[in-house]
Amino acid sequence: MSFINYLSREINCKLVYYGPGLCGKTTNLQFIYNKTAPEAKGKMISLATEQERTLFFDFLPISLGEIRGFRTRFHLYTVPGQVFYDASRKLILKGVDGVIFVADSQIERMEANIESMENLRTNLAEQGYSLDKIPFVIQYNKRDLPSAAPIEELRQALNANNVPEYEAVAAKGDGVFDTLKAITKLVLTELKKGSGQQ
Amino acid sequence: MNPQMVMYEEEFNQIQAVVERLVKEANAKVVFIVDKNGQLIAAAGDTENLDTTSLASLTAGNIAATGGMARLLRENEFATQYHEGEKANIHIQLVGNRVILVVIFDARSSLGLVRLRVRRASDELNAIFEALLTKVQSPDRNDVLTEITDADIDNLFND
Ligand SMILES: Nc1nc2c(ncn2[C@@H]2O[C@H](COP(=O)(O)OP(=O)(O)O)[C@@H](O)[C@H]2O)c(=O)[nH]1
Ligand SMILES: [Mg+2]
Repeated sequence: MSFINYLSREINCKLVYYGPGLCGKTTNLQFIYNKTAPEAKGKMISLATEQERTLFFDFLPISLGEIRGFRTRFHLYTVPGQVFYDASRKLILKGVDGVIFVADSQIERMEANIESMENLRTNLAEQGYSLDKIPFVIQYNKRDLPSAAPIEELRQALNANNVPEYEAVAAKGDGVFDTLKAITKLVLTELKKGSGQQ
Repeated sequence: MNPQMVMYEEEFNQIQAVVERLVKEANAKVVFIVDKNGQLIAAAGDTENLDTTSLASLTAGNIAATGGMARLLRENEFATQYHEGEKANIHIQLVGNRVILVVIFDARSSLGLVRLRVRRASDELNAIFEALLTKVQSPDRNDVLTEITDADIDNLFND
């Protein structure tokens, strides 16, 4: 749920990176953090286990440029990917404005991707959102690995709705900002549409 | 789904006044208000050396987590939380199930005083946010979003 502040002239939106454990969600945020100018970002917070697995969420506030005199600010969250953290994932989806699904391209993670995508659809529905309607993009990550499945195969398994999709090597930063730009565009477009209907 | 959160100058000034008075009356170091999604709405007191954006997000995460626990126990929300540290204490109050009022205080104040003052501030804040919600949902508000063009959005990324 976006937050429009007419006083500080800010548009605030919440984006969530979703996907199976170890697909590269935290890596996406780390790259964005490293490449964003100090004045345009806040601290990155990771609530993680001692083994650096995400326990609750990662959080990174960034600001993009201005639109009509309003500064656009995005709060980026990741969810913990492991199956047993489902309760936490539901909480983080509350009030979400846009979702990035990070798929792990490795062929042996195909099942985990599909399971996570179904989990996303279910958890969004519980919050009253439909995955078919909410701003949504898919990132096929880890394209550098030899066991990466062909894009066509990933697309068939994960992208029936033909949403914007990006190949990425998040560990090197390839595709990370393309993905971010795509979702922020969709979110702002949706905001504009939604307000027009009122 | 929740309606969008919007803040206007009039309501912000009312909220800020409540928050500033609470700092004084409760002898608090810092008072701030966060919405349930972690967006900071207002802050007062000694916020200079405080990362309020991070605190806001963590507070909301905390309330969300205890809310999840409450649901499992078939409780309503746990509306109040209190954490005692060596130097600083933090009192967290859910207001109208919509925003979160956070008071940080030290030995110059006491839990009893903070509780007392928070109660009154909560009632006032509740009324302000209720009025704000009504205003947000009224159809004729002048909305910046309707004026945004596709070109505006594209321009954001022309760097
Ligand atoms: N080879 C390769 N490794 C990656 C890539 N992206 C992330 N990783 C690695 O995958 C592991 C898990 O990444 P992480 O971001 O913690 O996954 P998360 O569980 O989704 O947050 C880490 O060791 C990363 O360095 C990538 O594009 N290629
Ligand atoms: Mg992670």
